[in-house]
Amino acid sequence: MTDAAKTAAKAAAKDDSEGMDFLMTRRTRWVTIYIPLSVIVFILLFPFYWMTLTALKPNAELLDMETTNPLWVAAPTLSHIFHVIFETDYPVWMWNTMLVSVVATFISLVASVLAAYAIVRIRYKGSQWVGGLIFLAYLVPPSILFIPLSVIVHAYGLFDTPMALILTYPTILIPFSTWLLMGYFKTIPYELEECALIDGATRTQILLKIVLPLAVPGLISAGIFSFTLCWNEFIYALTFISTTSNKTVPVAMLSEFVDGDIYRWGSLMAGALLGSLPVAILYSFFVEHYVSSMTGAVKE
Amino acid sequence: MTDSTLRRSAVAMTGPGLWTRLNNDRNWLGFWFMLPAAAILVLFLTYPLGLGIWLSLTDASIGNPGKFVGILNFYEKECYGPDDCEIYGLFGDHVFWQSVWQTIFYTTVASVAKFAIGLYLALLLNNHLPFKAILRAVILLPFIVPTVLSAIAFWWIYDAQFSIISWSLTKLGLIDQYIDFLGDPWNARWSLIFANVWRGVPFVAITLLAGLQTVPPSLYEAATLDGAGRWQMFRHVTFPLLTPIIAVVMTFSVLFTFTDFQLIWAITRGGPANATHLMATLSYQRAILGGNMGEGAAISTAMIPFLLAAIMVSWFGLQRRKWQQGESDD
Repeated sequence: MTDAAKTAAKAAAKDDSEGMDFLMTRRTRWVTIYIPLSVIVFILLFPFYWMTLTALKPNAELLDMETTNPLWVAAPTLSHIFHVIFETDYPVWMWNTMLVSVVATFISLVASVLAAYAIVRIRYKGSQWVGGLIFLAYLVPPSILFIPLSVIVHAYGLFDTPMALILTYPTILIPFSTWLLMGYFKTIPYELEECALIDGATRTQILLKIVLPLAVPGLISAGIFSFTLCWNEFIYALTFISTTSNKTVPVAMLSEFVDGDIYRWGSLMAGALLGSLPVAILYSFFVEHYVSSMTGAVKE
Repeated sequence: MTDSTLRRSAVAMTGPGLWTRLNNDRNWLGFWFMLPAAAILVLFLTYPLGLGIWLSLTDASIGNPGKFVGILNFYEKECYGPDDCEIYGLFGDHVFWQSVWQTIFYTTVASVAKFAIGLYLALLLNNHLPFKAILRAVILLPFIVPTVLSAIAFWWIYDAQFSIISWSLTKLGLIDQYIDFLGDPWNARWSLIFANVWRGVPFVAITLLAGLQTVPPSLYEAATLDGAGRWQMFRHVTFPLLTPIIAVVMTFSVLFTFTDFQLIWAITRGGPANATHLMATLSYQRAILGGNMGEGAAISTAMIPFLLAAIMVSWFGLQRRKWQQGESDD
């Protein structure tokens, strides 16, 4: 009986997920859904196709749009990619970006876990206010901070070092990660912590042994999103770094490859493609976490 | 062995020490836990925010802390004769005003477009579709690829000589000569807006999709039974339920568009003839490239009221009940 009810409920739920779709004919679906969707997806993906194609085209094909079809490549070559990897400082820039992103993400995660836990669970005096202030910090854009920050970076002797970026990136990441982790920590039952407290665990033990293992999905989401933000960051890296060998990929791409040469496009696109790969690969493994961090950050 | 046990219990008998007591106090514990995040945020966010406002009131330049000059960076009136007055500072600077209008124009057009297309895309994706998960992952790609790198791709797409758009339109017979995307002020402005919308739509669409999925299907069934059409269903069921998430998403979208820097710097660097300078890029040019920190900081400071206004408008404006009931014109 209950089983039957369950099956019925399940069937009903399944019907629900289809909504009122059955009212649409096949042709209406094509006109109102598939065609507009394809157009939008085409536009969203075309620049990537074009980037890849340009990176693989020999120079002769790149500059000849009459005798060859520019939308396809007749004789693909890896020469642009090899040029970027072996004849420029690209690996160094890649390493710089990786180092800065990983360290800044790690620092931010540690600081955010502690802060989020304190705000949600220790609930010290004024923790509600601090939560609100952290949300406000989220809304302060780097574009209005880079000028005074450059003064500070000079004053602390950090100019042109990776430390300048490692210490400033967390200001973008901490507010976001804290906000996200607060949401995750709220979902962990308080009873678990009470049990541990009764058993004599300290707050640090509770955090490390009970809360963190349960919040792993949240940590991954915050970590992935932070890493992507670091990789994407531009204005601080542009302002605080001046030596070529200390630059990050986005900054170096703009300053070192742009030389007014019409043959630069192949290498530029190869560099852009390679620079997008690390985040794209990471993203492909953790799409769900990424989406949940993005939507989680705007909820509430 | 017994000895050590005894000693341990003796220690326990003396009661918790200062250290233990501190660690059990809620507020002290909160303080310790907050310390790393607070230190970073105060040192590199709050302090610079204040310092920026201070710098805007000085004549600082690179390597020179400068001295207080009041509002001279913003407004300075100098008279050479009875009717011969010139206004200096940002107030009398037409490049600055141009950047202000360009920023407002860029933000308004791009945000409206991102909202409209993003919502449309979210509604499309909310249908029953094959390969939905893959589709969603693919759609988000423009958002995760570093902006500068995709901006470089757009730069190439907008190239005056080798633009694929110009080539396609010529082949289709729609235009006779290649479009000068980045050489003409208005073309450059629209090109940048397109690139910005391209990057922003996935974020809006995917977050709104998450909101759409929380709308109970039974509401649509009820509306269908009541004889509602597709538009009415959207207007009176979907939109009101989606309003809170729209408010948040659009606040972020407006904020990030208003303070955009990367896209402009990668594609046009403010050109041609300063036509595409946003306030952020102009402040970079004046402060870092020109070395005039005070003036650059003044431009950044001038952004703050706009940012506050943008937050207020999208936050409170969208939460008004009138909107929720769908009575406004749209």
